[in-house]
Amino acid sequence: MEPLARQLQTVLQQVSGYIYPNEVELQWGLLIVVYPYVTGLVAGAFILASLERVFNVKEVQPTYRLSLLTALAFLMVAPLPLLAHLGHPERAFEIFLTPNLHSAMAMFGFVYAWYLMVVLLLEIWFDYRKDLIIWSRNEKGLRRLIHRVLTLGAMDLSARALRFDQGAGRLITLIGIPSAFLLHGYVGFIFGSVKANPWWSSVLIPIVFLFSAIVSGIALVLLLYMLTSWLRWKSVDMICLDKLASFLLYALIVDFSLEMLDFIHRLYEAEESVKILSLMISSRLFLSLVILQVLVGTLLPLLALGVLCPAFRSKGLVQVPDELRRLIYFGAGTLIQIGIFSTRWNVVIGGQLFSKSLRGLTVYKMELLGLEGLFTSGGLLLLPFLILYVLIVVLPPWPDAEARVPAPES
Amino acid sequence: MPQQISRLLILFTLLILGLVVARHYLVPKTFGRLGHYRAAAVDAIVARNVKYVGREACASCHDDIVKIHSLARHQTVACEACHGPGAAHMEAPTEHKPPAPRKRGSCPLCHGYDPSRPTGFPQIDPVAHNPVKPCITCHNPHAPEPPQVPGECSACHGQIARTKAVSHHALLPCTRCHETSQQHKVTPRLSRPTKPRDRAFCGECHAKDARSPKEIPRIDMASHGKRYACWQCHYPHNPELR
Amino acid sequence: MTNQARPGIPAQSPPADSPLDRRAFLKKGWPATLLLLVAKVVPSASGETKGAEYQASEHYYGMGIDVGKCIGCGRCADACKTENDVPRQPFYFFTWIERYVIKTDGETVVESPNGGIEGFPPTLTETGFLRTFFVPKLCNHCASPPCVQVCPVGATFTTPDGVVLVGKDYCIGCRYCIQACPYGARFLHPQTHTAAKCTFCYHRVTKGLLPACVGVCPTGARIFGEVHLRTSPLARFRRFNEIQVLKPHLNTEPKVYYANLDGEVK
Repeated sequence: MEPLARQLQTVLQQVSGYIYPNEVELQWGLLIVVYPYVTGLVAGAFILASLERVFNVKEVQPTYRLSLLTALAFLMVAPLPLLAHLGHPERAFEIFLTPNLHSAMAMFGFVYAWYLMVVLLLEIWFDYRKDLIIWSRNEKGLRRLIHRVLTLGAMDLSARALRFDQGAGRLITLIGIPSAFLLHGYVGFIFGSVKANPWWSSVLIPIVFLFSAIVSGIALVLLLYMLTSWLRWKSVDMICLDKLASFLLYALIVDFSLEMLDFIHRLYEAEESVKILSLMISSRLFLSLVILQVLVGTLLPLLALGVLCPAFRSKGLVQVPDELRRLIYFGAGTLIQIGIFSTRWNVVIGGQLFSKSLRGLTVYKMELLGLEGLFTSGGLLLLPFLILYVLIVVLPPWPDAEARVPAPES
Repeated sequence: MPQQISRLLILFTLLILGLVVARHYLVPKTFGRLGHYRAAAVDAIVARNVKYVGREACASCHDDIVKIHSLARHQTVACEACHGPGAAHMEAPTEHKPPAPRKRGSCPLCHGYDPSRPTGFPQIDPVAHNPVKPCITCHNPHAPEPPQVPGECSACHGQIARTKAVSHHALLPCTRCHETSQQHKVTPRLSRPTKPRDRAFCGECHAKDARSPKEIPRIDMASHGKRYACWQCHYPHNPELR
Repeated sequence: MTNQARPGIPAQSPPADSPLDRRAFLKKGWPATLLLLVAKVVPSASGETKGAEYQASEHYYGMGIDVGKCIGCGRCADACKTENDVPRQPFYFFTWIERYVIKTDGETVVESPNGGIEGFPPTLTETGFLRTFFVPKLCNHCASPPCVQVCPVGATFTTPDGVVLVGKDYCIGCRYCIQACPYGARFLHPQTHTAAKCTFCYHRVTKGLLPACVGVCPTGARIFGEVHLRTSPLARFRRFNEIQVLKPHLNTEPKVYYANLDGEVK
């Protein structure tokens, strides 16, 4: 308790203006910034995967399975920052037992369970089922056991069964798109429905969250595709990459427009909170919002992608050699990750930096160690990559690893 | 039914059954009885210890003090406001004696001058008012009416008195403009002094034809600010203020 | 002499016993004596009765605050922390006092040093401001509470008598209710790691006592009573004063009614 008291005492001295006495302790810290970032990546990666399945964008086929596995890896990590943040994580199951149906947060357990069980796992299962069966025929030991267990005993490889798999996969993706929207949209709603907080309370927040999620998810898959190709000494399919970059650009344009709309709308309406919010943006949030979110995280990648990727003209507005374009895509993808993380930071932390009395600003003192510390969050952000590695080992997503169905025995 | 569906159905049925069984054992027994919450939570809160007992409890032993106190100016002040919580004292009267604030520092918590306090609340300058002496030397805390009140109005209306004292109206007694009954000293908010009602009142001194000392500034009552009452522009306690 | 805040003091003089016997008697049975003095008996939400049972459905509580009477002494905030075992550090308050100074240049300065518990730093300047006053703040026990709406597990709730409470044995410490409260009334308790806030001293009012803050207020700036009962002191307060609530545009329907509340108070 002592370190907390000392930390809060430091915060108290750095308050400017007036804050309610209970507002000295910032309630939702770095862990709650990590959570929407991670679920955003899940939603974004899944929507990218659905582009191929439902909208038949053939060019991104090489990244289809990788997107699904990425989504799964991040989804498995998603509840962890929440659990770490709870005052009583051992009571977390109460959300499943006695959910308050009026509370958006209560929906978390069910939306998460629905998305995990009914959408993502099923989609992966239907897509991989035939591979699992065929792979397990030529394997030995643990790997064989894992693959056989994963088939759940459904070993039918007839043409009809395979067609069923395809159809089921498409149906699930179809349901999956609104489910992915729901998974991340409800996080936006959790913030957007808090009328007590003028920074959060907005109809646009769920939409902005969703589109920034799509942006971050596509950027992540783009980065992972390049990274895994490099690690595997395989060449990158430039058509696929260019297509990914195009979709990234479209999403980025929509996302930026929405954020600008929110910004302009707030300034124009100039309602009661505009003074303290403007003060907050120009002082406490200047680096994370103006520099990181807007300039570095949105405008710079927007410019780079807009000029280079073949979205508006078949060869891009400015033609550059493939190697350079790959490098710039990688840079843009990384900057976007920084930008979207800053977006989450600005929403979560920003909403708590000003007092609900609209008369003062406080500070967020981030710790290094402990559950709420920087190292824990860093670890939580690295963990999905570890999980992804394991998933890739167990369920290789590469096009050349895909099993070929033997001729049907009629 | 395709094999895939049958396998999945088995898996999901098992999961859901598991959840239903878990729910039966894990949901608290009192949950839902009064609303979407654990009714036992209310019991837990109600069972908390009481620390402040209220003046009726003090009166059961200290009726002599309470009798005096309930007729004097501190009648609205609870015993425990100055003496702290009384539950421990009721349980073990000789072992837990409530503190009795006797030092000079205690009374200015309420009575030290602070402009944010409501007008008319009795306040003193804790430094200048009878320096060094403990307050209880002159004021019985249970019947704090001071032994003598040098300035009738200024004892409670210090700020107004100080403002007026350096103004052009310094020599006017408060009662020149405000009719005040003695009851105002007993129940101040219920028996309020009057205030002048019309321009003619100020005109008694300030009209051109008023019978008042020569040095008093005169104005033409008919034309000078004729739509307004005088005090809407001129603060009566400091009339020369611009 | 009117005493607005206290619900009926026994008017008869105490019996002429020897003080020693009386004190010995009280020493043994003081809780029971206390309860007998106010003529109500311990309630039980689970339904066990001991004599006259407290029926929550017969009450609906609210509080009135007369800003014009508050002298900023901080006795209420201090008594509250003692009565409810609130941690004494300046980051956790069930109730607190704010001082407002509206200067002649239009700027408003607000402060609440340690919630006003030790009073406020002396200000001897009498010029340069238009208005200055103290405002006690606390949980408003809203009739339409956003905090109860957002609790994911049903750990915070409204009792039938209109008091918003937190069940600390069920709260998971997600802090959503603290975010949802527009008035800054809630905090996370550093020891129980659950949400905590003013309970209207529920453990006192169910025994017929007043909340601690109301009892110790020396000027009667706080009035506690029934919202729907014509004979409650709160009803008189709401009849004779023009009432404001905090942040009415948020439609939380607060049940703490302010008289003489300045527009600068947020």
